[in-house]
Amino acid sequence: MMNKCPQYIVEYMHEYLDGDIHREQELELKHHLQMCSNCQQHMHELSDAIAFIKSTTHISAPPTLQANVMQRLPKQKQHVGIQKWLRRHPFVVAAATFTLLMGGTLLTGYNDNEQFSVTKQPNLVVDGQTVIVPEGEVVKGDIVVRNGDIVVEGEVDGNVTVINGEYMASTSVVTGEIEKIDAAFEWLWYEIKSAFKDAATLFNKEDATNE
Amino acid sequence: MDALINKRIKQVLKGDQSAFSDIVSHYQHSLYQVCYRMLGNKQEAEDIAQEAFVRAYMNLHTFDQKRKFSTWLYRIATNLCIDRLRKKKPDYYLDAEVAGTEGLNMYSQIATDAPLPEEELEKMELQERVQYEISRMPEKYRVVVVLKYIEELSLQEISEVLEMPLGTVKTRLHRGREALRKQLNSL
Repeated sequence: MMNKCPQYIVEYMHEYLDGDIHREQELELKHHLQMCSNCQQHMHELSDAIAFIKSTTHISAPPTLQANVMQRLPKQKQHVGIQKWLRRHPFVVAAATFTLLMGGTLLTGYNDNEQFSVTKQPNLVVDGQTVIVPEGEVVKGDIVVRNGDIVVEGEVDGNVTVINGEYMASTSVVTGEIEKIDAAFEWLWYEIKSAFKDAATLFNKEDATNE
Repeated sequence: MDALINKRIKQVLKGDQSAFSDIVSHYQHSLYQVCYRMLGNKQEAEDIAQEAFVRAYMNLHTFDQKRKFSTWLYRIATNLCIDRLRKKKPDYYLDAEVAGTEGLNMYSQIATDAPLPEEELEKMELQERVQYEISRMPEKYRVVVVLKYIEELSLQEISEVLEMPLGTVKTRLHRGREALRKQLNSL
C-alpha cells in the first residue's frame, strides 16, 4: 500500500479517534477520506482494531481474591489496639495509675510493718506485745499500735488506733476516736483517710492563719 | 462512591484493617482485569492483583486523599505487571526444553515472537484471540491500549496512572492502534 498522502492525515485519524481533533482538521480529514480509498481503508482498519479490543468480555476476579488479600495483610499488632484504647480513655488511665501507685505504696507499707510497734509516748508501758496506759496516767497525743494490743486503764487525750490487734479498756477515758484495723483493705482505707485528714488540717491551719 | 472509599481509607489509616475489605471488594474486578490483560495468565494475574492490594495497604499513608484512589491503585498494579513482564524475559533460555514435553522448546511457547499459524488462529475463540493479540503488542503500547479500551480510562487519567505526559500517552496509543491494525491485517 504505497501511500502518497501526507503523513498528517494519519495523525488526524488518531486525533479523531482520541476525540480531540480541531474542527477544521476534522473537515479536512473527512474530505480526504472521501477521495482517497487507501486512507479510508486505513481508517476502517483502525476502527476495526478498536472494536476488536473492545469486544473483550469483562472478566471477574476469582472469588478467592478478596479473602486472600485480607489474609496476606500484615497481622495487626495487639498493642496498637490497646494503645488506641488507652488514648481514648485518659481518665481510666489516670485512675488506674493512681490506684496502682497508691495501692503499691500503701501495701508495701502494710507489709513492712508486720513487727510490733507503738507510738512513742512518755508514760506508756509496753509488756511484750501489749501496750498499757497505766491507771492514773494521762497520755497526751495519739497512740497507734501495730501488731499488738492496747489496754487503756488511764486516760488518753487523743485518738487510739490499733492495727492488727485488740483494744481493751475498762473504765478508760479516750477523748479522741478509737479505731481498730485488721485487714489490708482497712489499712489502706485508714492511710487514705489520714492523708486526707492531714491535708484538711493543713488547709484549716492555712485558713486560720489567713483570718 | 469516592466518598465511601475515602471513608474506608480513613478507617484503615486509623487502624481498622477490616475496612480494607470493602476497598478490595470494590476494585478487585477492574484490577484483576488489568493484570489479566497485561499478563495473559490467570494465575499470574491473581498473584499480581493480590500483591497490588497488599502494597496499597502498606503504603496507604502515602496516598494523597485529594486524588482519585483508583488512579493510584492502577498505578501500583500496572507497575507490578510491567516489572513482572520484564523479569520474565531472562527467566528462561529460549532453546531449553520445556519440562514434560518432547522436543518442544520455549521458542514454540512464545506467542509474541512467532505468530501462530493461521489454522491455529482460526480455531481460537474470539475471546482467546483478543487476548492473544493484546499479548503480542509491545508492553508500553499494551498498557495504554488496555487502560483506554478495556478499562475505559480517559487519556488524562492514563497519563496520571502511568505518570507520563499526556503527549506521550497519545503517541503510545497511536502506535498501539497501528500495531494492532498491522497484527490483524497480516493475515
